[in-house]
Amino acid sequence: MPFRKKPEEPSGLSRRGFLKTVGAGTVAGGLIGESATPPRASAQAPALAGPGPIPLELNINGKVEKVSVEPRVTLLDTLRNHLDLTGSKKVCDRGTCGACTVLLDNKPIYSCSMLAVEAQGHAVQTIESLGTPEQLSAIQAAFVEHDAQQCGFCTPGFVVACTAFVHDHPNATLEDVRAGLGGNLCRCGTYHGVTEAVLQVVKTGKGGA
Amino acid sequence: MNAFEYAQPATLDEAQALLTSASGPVAVLAGGTDLLTAMKQGIVNPARVVSLKSIEELRGIEVSSDAVRIGAMTTLSELAAHPDVARLYPCLVTAIKGIGSPQIANMGTVGGDLCQHPRCWYYRNGFGLFGMNNGASLVLEGDNRYHAIFGNDGPAKFVNVSSLAPGLIALDATFNVRGADKQMRDIPAADFFKTPSAPEESLTSLAAGEVLTHITIPAAQTRNATYEVRERHGLDWPLVTASVAYTDAGGSAQNVRVVLGHVAPTPWVVDAAAKTLEGKAIDEAAAAACGTSAVADAKPLSMNGYKVQLAKVAVKRALLAAAG
Repeated sequence: MPFRKKPEEPSGLSRRGFLKTVGAGTVAGGLIGESATPPRASAQAPALAGPGPIPLELNINGKVEKVSVEPRVTLLDTLRNHLDLTGSKKVCDRGTCGACTVLLDNKPIYSCSMLAVEAQGHAVQTIESLGTPEQLSAIQAAFVEHDAQQCGFCTPGFVVACTAFVHDHPNATLEDVRAGLGGNLCRCGTYHGVTEAVLQVVKTGKGGA
Repeated sequence: MNAFEYAQPATLDEAQALLTSASGPVAVLAGGTDLLTAMKQGIVNPARVVSLKSIEELRGIEVSSDAVRIGAMTTLSELAAHPDVARLYPCLVTAIKGIGSPQIANMGTVGGDLCQHPRCWYYRNGFGLFGMNNGASLVLEGDNRYHAIFGNDGPAKFVNVSSLAPGLIALDATFNVRGADKQMRDIPAADFFKTPSAPEESLTSLAAGEVLTHITIPAAQTRNATYEVRERHGLDWPLVTASVAYTDAGGSAQNVRVVLGHVAPTPWVVDAAAKTLEGKAIDEAAAAACGTSAVADAKPLSMNGYKVQLAKVAVKRALLAAAG
């Protein structure tokens, strides 16, 4: 199944409202405060973490996840290798394909180009939080209807990017869609289906869901 | 990627103390879209990484009657979406839109864009900034289709790939830099970028421990525009760009600035070509003549002669876009 079971989510809340609720409960400051590195003697010196593993608390899909990783580990590798969230794909690993796209505070970003330690204090949302096999999200249903995937490897990144796009561009035109999805590549070339799917969701006004 | 120690300080004082106290190589982390890739490629190997993401004073855009001041950690998305930036500086908005990836624009910062490492494929594959192998230039002997057509007499033949730099120079911006001694100094945008003549030399005029904190742009109303020539829309760098700015004095152009991007190891200012437009109306013929003049001194390598034509046309089209 391409999409994991959605974590428990309070009913009656939009995705965005839900994230805001969760975000309000997390501590934004004190990023390095819980570092495994003991504080330095001087009170002036800011805390250094690593190079060994450090404990992190990450807000992933509305849940607080505790992991221990080295500062050099990316958010993508942490999701895939430490949290068993393998929906975000590792393809280019250098910010040029979009397969690792996740939402950080509701904005699409490349999780391969961010350190996990930097994601503390932010709300991360991965493909696993969007829809369920039984109840697809509007974008997922439109992808199925418009045959918007071929091999499927770029699809999770596209679905996350499209979800953010339709939310932020409720009146998008074809040109807007093409420009707005420029951060994702499909080696099979299934762009036509993707743009059709996104335009349908825009037309039906379901992008905010 | 090699292991490193990491800090995310909340103040510039702390950040600069961390930068100057490191015993090994140190790197400043902004948006991460370039640095993390360079670290994965093994061309930048810091023992300490200092993130600027928690320093609030480096974020945001302040607008006053005479200047717009942009924090270096402002993201490219935030800059492009700012109403005063969109109104005053379309040349910057076009350059950001040209990046084509919302994800990069959401992560990438203004300061990070200006301090990017070159994309030269010999550099990115471990042959150093000058792409040398056993004393021979791989750039000269190999595939140099994306390399410099200006300023390439020395060993540096890569191109500066900043999206914002040509526009900021055309707009006469000032880069505000804070030294390790906490003193601020101002660098005219055009003087920030350096062409190294030895591999250990810096690409910018930042000294050790110095941090680029803000960019200040005069708020004077100018006509300005950027024109990019690209192979692909998005997820790639342009082949050539031109950014222009001038003051419209009742139909005649004054204080004309023309700056090319992706053609030289630094943004390339073509003042002589710009001067040909002083006091004239910008029309098709004048813009085309300026483009011809802008590339008069180009020295293409074996495979990038086509970039001369692109630069010529980019200047013309940027001027016509600015003239509206």
